[in-house]
Amino acid sequence: MAEAQTLPDTFPKYLLRNAEMFGTRPAMRHKDRGIWQSWTWSRQRDEIRDFATGLATLGLRHGDKVAIIGANRPKLYWAVCAVQSLSGVPVPVYADAVADELAYVLSHADVRFAVVQDQEQVDKLNSFADRLTSLRAVIYDEPRGLADYDKRALHDFEDVQEMGRRAQMADRQAAARWEETIRNGSGEDVSIMLYTSGTTGRSKGVMLKAKNAVKAAQDTVIFDRLTEKDSVLAYLPLAWVGDHYLNYAQGYVSGFTMACPESSQTVAQDLRELAPTFYFAPPRVFEGLLTSITIRMEDAGKLKRRIYRHYIEVARKYGEAILEGRDVPALARASYAMGEILVYGPLKNVLGLSNIRVAYTAGEAIGSDLFSFFRALGVNLKQLYGQTEAFLYVTCQKDGEVRSDTVGPPAPNVDIRISEDGEVQFRSPGMFSGYYLEDEKTAETMTPDGYVKTGDAGFFDTDGQLKIIDRAKDVGKLSSGALFAPKYLENMLKFFPNIKEAVAFGDGREFATAFINIDLQAVGNWAERNNIAYASYQELAGHPLVYKMIAENVEETNRRLSEEPMMAAAQIRRFLILHKELDADDGELTRTQKVRRAFVADRYAPLIEALYDGSQVRFVETEVTYEDGRKGRISANVKIVDAPVFGPVQPVREAAE
Amino acid sequence: MNAHPDHHIIVAPNEDSIAKGETLMEVKNVSLAFGGVKAITDISFDVRKGEIRAIIGPNGAGKTSMLNVINGFYTPQIGTITFRGQERRAMKPHHAVRQGIARTFQNVALFKGMSTLDNIMAGRSVLMKRSIGWQMLWHGPALAEEIEHREKVEEIIDFLEIEHIRRTPVGKLPYGLQKRVELGRALAMEPSLLLLDEPMAGMNLEEKEDMSRFILDVNQQRGTTIALIEHDMGVVMDLSDRVVVLDYGKKIADGPPDEVKNNQAVIDAYLGVPH
Repeated sequence: MAEAQTLPDTFPKYLLRNAEMFGTRPAMRHKDRGIWQSWTWSRQRDEIRDFATGLATLGLRHGDKVAIIGANRPKLYWAVCAVQSLSGVPVPVYADAVADELAYVLSHADVRFAVVQDQEQVDKLNSFADRLTSLRAVIYDEPRGLADYDKRALHDFEDVQEMGRRAQMADRQAAARWEETIRNGSGEDVSIMLYTSGTTGRSKGVMLKAKNAVKAAQDTVIFDRLTEKDSVLAYLPLAWVGDHYLNYAQGYVSGFTMACPESSQTVAQDLRELAPTFYFAPPRVFEGLLTSITIRMEDAGKLKRRIYRHYIEVARKYGEAILEGRDVPALARASYAMGEILVYGPLKNVLGLSNIRVAYTAGEAIGSDLFSFFRALGVNLKQLYGQTEAFLYVTCQKDGEVRSDTVGPPAPNVDIRISEDGEVQFRSPGMFSGYYLEDEKTAETMTPDGYVKTGDAGFFDTDGQLKIIDRAKDVGKLSSGALFAPKYLENMLKFFPNIKEAVAFGDGREFATAFINIDLQAVGNWAERNNIAYASYQELAGHPLVYKMIAENVEETNRRLSEEPMMAAAQIRRFLILHKELDADDGELTRTQKVRRAFVADRYAPLIEALYDGSQVRFVETEVTYEDGRKGRISANVKIVDAPVFGPVQPVREAAE
Repeated sequence: MNAHPDHHIIVAPNEDSIAKGETLMEVKNVSLAFGGVKAITDISFDVRKGEIRAIIGPNGAGKTSMLNVINGFYTPQIGTITFRGQERRAMKPHHAVRQGIARTFQNVALFKGMSTLDNIMAGRSVLMKRSIGWQMLWHGPALAEEIEHREKVEEIIDFLEIEHIRRTPVGKLPYGLQKRVELGRALAMEPSLLLLDEPMAGMNLEEKEDMSRFILDVNQQRGTTIALIEHDMGVVMDLSDRVVVLDYGKKIADGPPDEVKNNQAVIDAYLGVPH
């Protein structure tokens, strides 16, 4: 226990420790003007100290909330630590949030300062300045376009650092005092407030205590054996728990190097240049990678295609076994080694996955083919299951015990139970301390004995791995009484490369139906190869041949469903292809790209009606919001198609009186 | 003024004796004819330092000819052009470039097989001072010079937000991005006068908005004086400080956008008059 006593319990304490222990090792990298710039841990400490003392000069006090809005940039990450070092509370907010969402979060959190990336964010804040009564000052990273703005409450990040340096010059003790403040900092203070993405209604501010956050990160750093020699590329939204946990929290605890991309559009190139050792991506990123590999291989020459197919087949057979250190015939091993030279190595190199030691995916179910593809290439891809309320990890898979249809056993020191009605509940070291200013909601989420309700339905498989079926409240019943788990259906549909998104309906109805969103990249490429002309997404989505192709996918889904006794009744009898892509700007997806089912159902009510009243086509008009906030309308005649049903479907029971 | 130098401002606009708002270039009684065809007849106007000056007019009004005269590609038969106090009539385009005039073209004129980076680097060639011998050796002073220029080019890439296409051959890029690269190449020459020939032609709304933003930023942050030809009236009226209107090679109006918009001659030229 003596060792545990000396471990830091806040992130700023880790900053001081890292600056001492790994002073000359890189803490942060950022590509600027085409060159990777590095900051060592000791320089990072100095940058943070200057900014923190500057903030103190501007009047930041203990407990003040500070909004952090922008892309993954070193200065914004430094701002997080600087605020924590003064016992303030950083509140990262999604940078692509529209003004109204932003206004809600900032006024709810009652922020006194905001550290933002650029003019875009400053303009957004200005547009609802009257609602931010407590806001004292805004600090920006990129001065571009801000030259003519009123500078009374608007500061350049570097000016604030300069203020800090002057304060340290005037008072020689200032720097030492800052370190003293950090050493006296309490693990009981709120370390960060993360607003949930709002899958269900308004987003809530999840308060995480420093000592809990640190403890959670310590556990997983040991679990995955992360050290100061590891590196990550931070490219996911700053406000998302995953980014804050995986990159910031684990980075401070283990001392590894975090890199920030040059811009959001260069992530793939940056990844290739850096080749990090730890990587996280949601399933749709891996899906995108596989789609682009497949498309490019289809355009490749004959010989290359044959080599690729041959060795991918070898990898499929033996790759995962080799990765997990199981017994593999020597000949197969040699063939795999050849494949590594000819195919897997170059492929991983292009994707930036050459040095991966640990890669995770989470957030959505991942198709077993997709999952195995990357593992077969030798990428140690695993699954985890987590929540903002847990400060990420609830379960995670151990090296060598990995499956695509489960999310793993409980993470270290996490206690999980399944409630009587099938809901997953947990207690964990990183557990949140409550929703900010919403005690009622906190009470709703916690059980009397201190477990957090995840709202997800799931069960433990025979080998002790957790399997998640769906959101507990979304699991419904068909009017026959058969189980209807919409997410389960949607995931099966989404595993087809042509289907980007699906929304299933059926609760309380006679049978199951679905909305389909086609994948523009995959279907567009297919259209190109088959000489199918189209002018817009809408036109492609309504094309008879596209319908035919999707109908085959739905048929295949039904065939697979018919093989599962629990799900067989929920085969999809009718479906339609939506005329527009579901979009977060229209409120149809959350900022983390999850479907907001209730909202979609409400918005497209006429289409759902058409799915059940037997009509073949239905006219629909919807309002869309463009990126600049303006609104427009699009309309379409959407076709509805019947799909064949398989196997022993239970007859529809008469409603019992 | 901001206390510390704005680290994102790239090149100081050519430091010279001309103050902001004073005349940078003056076109006086210029006429240009190709045989019997009079492209431009007796046109006079000026461009003040630091402004965005638009030249508009219906098809065939002589806008591009006017730009070609300014840029030295055509030599007018009558009239003079005074640039930074120096009067001239006959000149070659590369002299114009040396004097600090850069331009973009109506139809993108980039090296399609070269990357974005190389295209913009090409814009720096006029500023490279080392002899061809040094350049071929590509060590010592030539390398140092190359690095220095590369830094300037990276600043432009950052400024125009085209990091993601740095290494992409220009021919593979969509049209809107090609236009942006072309602007980048013109900026690489660090011009004191930038001529843009229909910078928004063939763009969709979003690309137009982006381009407008960049033109304003170039003007405000780099202090570059801009003369542009544009068909899109909305864009012209929003962007420019002053507008010259040409019709059949003659000047029919000159002034701030609001004034020009309500000028009867302009309305007639654009909408036509019943004969």
